[in-house]
Amino acid sequence: MLRVRSLKSYYESICALKAVSLHIVKGEIVTLIGANGSGKSTLLNTIVGLMGRTEGSILFEGREILGVPPSDIVKRGIALVPEGRQLFSPMTVIDNLILGTYPYYSINNKKRAVDRIEWIYELFPVLGERKRQLAGTLSGGEQQMLSIARALMSDPRLLLLDEPSMGLAPKIVESIFETLIDLKKKTDLTIFLVEQNAKLALDVCERGYVIETGQIILSGDRDELMNNKEVLRAYLGGD
Amino acid sequence: MSIWNEKYETMSRPELGQEQLERLQQTLGRVYRRVSYYHELFNRIGFDPLEVTSLDDLKKIPFTTKDTLRIAYPYDMFAVPLREVVRMQSTSGTTGQPLIVGYTKNDVEHWTELTARVLAAGGVTKDDIIQISFPYGLFTGGLGFHYGAEKIGASVIPCSDTDIDNQITIMRDYRTTSLCCAPTFAALLLEMIDEKSVTPAELSLRRALLGAEPWNESFRNEMEEQLDLDVTDNYGLTEIMGPGVSYECGEKKGLHIAEDHFIPEVIDPKTGELLPHGEKGELVITTITKEAYPLIRYRTGDITSLMTEPCPCGRSLVRMTRVFGRIDDMIILNGQNMFPAQFEQILTEVIGETPNYQLVVSQEDNIDQLEIQIEVSQDIFDDEIKTLNRIERGVAREVKERLDFVPRITLVEPRSIVRRMKQSRVIDLRKPE
Repeated sequence: MLRVRSLKSYYESICALKAVSLHIVKGEIVTLIGANGSGKSTLLNTIVGLMGRTEGSILFEGREILGVPPSDIVKRGIALVPEGRQLFSPMTVIDNLILGTYPYYSINNKKRAVDRIEWIYELFPVLGERKRQLAGTLSGGEQQMLSIARALMSDPRLLLLDEPSMGLAPKIVESIFETLIDLKKKTDLTIFLVEQNAKLALDVCERGYVIETGQIILSGDRDELMNNKEVLRAYLGGD
Repeated sequence: MSIWNEKYETMSRPELGQEQLERLQQTLGRVYRRVSYYHELFNRIGFDPLEVTSLDDLKKIPFTTKDTLRIAYPYDMFAVPLREVVRMQSTSGTTGQPLIVGYTKNDVEHWTELTARVLAAGGVTKDDIIQISFPYGLFTGGLGFHYGAEKIGASVIPCSDTDIDNQITIMRDYRTTSLCCAPTFAALLLEMIDEKSVTPAELSLRRALLGAEPWNESFRNEMEEQLDLDVTDNYGLTEIMGPGVSYECGEKKGLHIAEDHFIPEVIDPKTGELLPHGEKGELVITTITKEAYPLIRYRTGDITSLMTEPCPCGRSLVRMTRVFGRIDDMIILNGQNMFPAQFEQILTEVIGETPNYQLVVSQEDNIDQLEIQIEVSQDIFDDEIKTLNRIERGVAREVKERLDFVPRITLVEPRSIVRRMKQSRVIDLRKPE
């Protein structure tokens, strides 16, 4: 589904991603783990077209998307749940959700958006209960749900999640992940999960990559990564 | 003859190319950071692992040779600290000082997966009783196959290298269905059958998987006919991992290379130039998943060629032809290159089966001489002198015709040439002691 080859990404003259190659097969949950500043968010931002200077190739469903404007990338079926949620706090839950329908919204035909919102309320009942509330007044966990829900509004085939666990209580994180896994089972959504919380990420993924100072240093299925002493020591608190 | 790992063994070529690129980039980065030999080499030639954008970039790196590994003995080529190593194995030392190879937990898991692929491709299932007659211990054959066979769920008899009589008793009484051994051992088994020490009807054998030494098609035919078996070939070498590098499927036409773990190339052994697919040359392997002992463009010393045509079995992995011989076994006779396999073919054709034989090279008055010592069976030996003469003349004529020189031929009694696994067929008396 997604095939990244030798991707480089720059902030001005600083090379933040160095020859990154990775792939995601339809229906998989793949994770990318790495420390702060290792290039995780840069990679997601590059995939969705938010980085200026890039080299290499990103094929999504066989078509090149490197250099394509972010708005078109969303239309092609990729949605990002950004780090720190990035909600519009002074707007209501429902307004935030409608913003997510941008790729297909039309003033004359609101049916698709309305149906989709109903579906979201089934998935996250708490958002239905608080649809008129301002996003900024929601709790952290609810805000994260709203951020995910907004991304799902565009009906993506590939969902990119940037540190969804950040700043949330373990119990809340668990429930968000349960919802995601459940969703993946029902809809064959493909998920690329970027996390600092390696234990959590490895628990839910099938395969993963490890990034360090802008390069992928390791990849493998879940068990291979859990067996690797380097991963154990650096990310899982093992000896 | 099933496919053990559908995902990787039948993966489309573009997907496989993507996996290989990802794993190669990670491996090159890792050896640059962790192995001082590669760190210095890359610096010296100005090779930046971060500039690798395609598999072709591999060509920019010089070959790794066995000599490099010897200099690094014991641990200098390891890419992980010893506390991460869970196993050590050693090369047999056929061509000099043995080497130590280490494995991490993941390396052992991968190795197990790969020998399971070999066994499954050869027809082994969980319902089989498998006798592993490779030596256990530092040699990779025994433990390598043992883990794979257990993973499949077969009933494993870890026979190792106990004597042949004991092995045959076990084979008969335990009702072994699958035999995993070296061709030397298989030849001994056939001899025992010839000598009526055991009859095929007493055995339950249905397949044999041979590896660790070169062997040939006529031996396969002989063994398959005499014992009514499927006999398949497999290949591996300790420096790279052990058995599991490549393996035959039910088609028996070439050995599939586990390309999701190894990138193969074939080069001209003299010039180091990359040869096109189909041409015979030295096999070079780059490991792309090894953690403890990764090697970049390692010259295996084995002569083969690559076949890229799709295989009817459904595996997308490239195939190599059975190993023709080792570079070290190459005989240079009065300036001409020859391999034991060429003599073996002539002997097989003239005699009708592959005999045990030895090539002795010497020098008289600055001219290289070759003596072919051929072990003939008791039947032939007891026969009229006419048969012996026919063999001698036949071999001499064919050698003259195909290799353009006249050898000296000596027929010797059965069991007079020592059989030892991995033993070279060539004794070169020209080499100074």
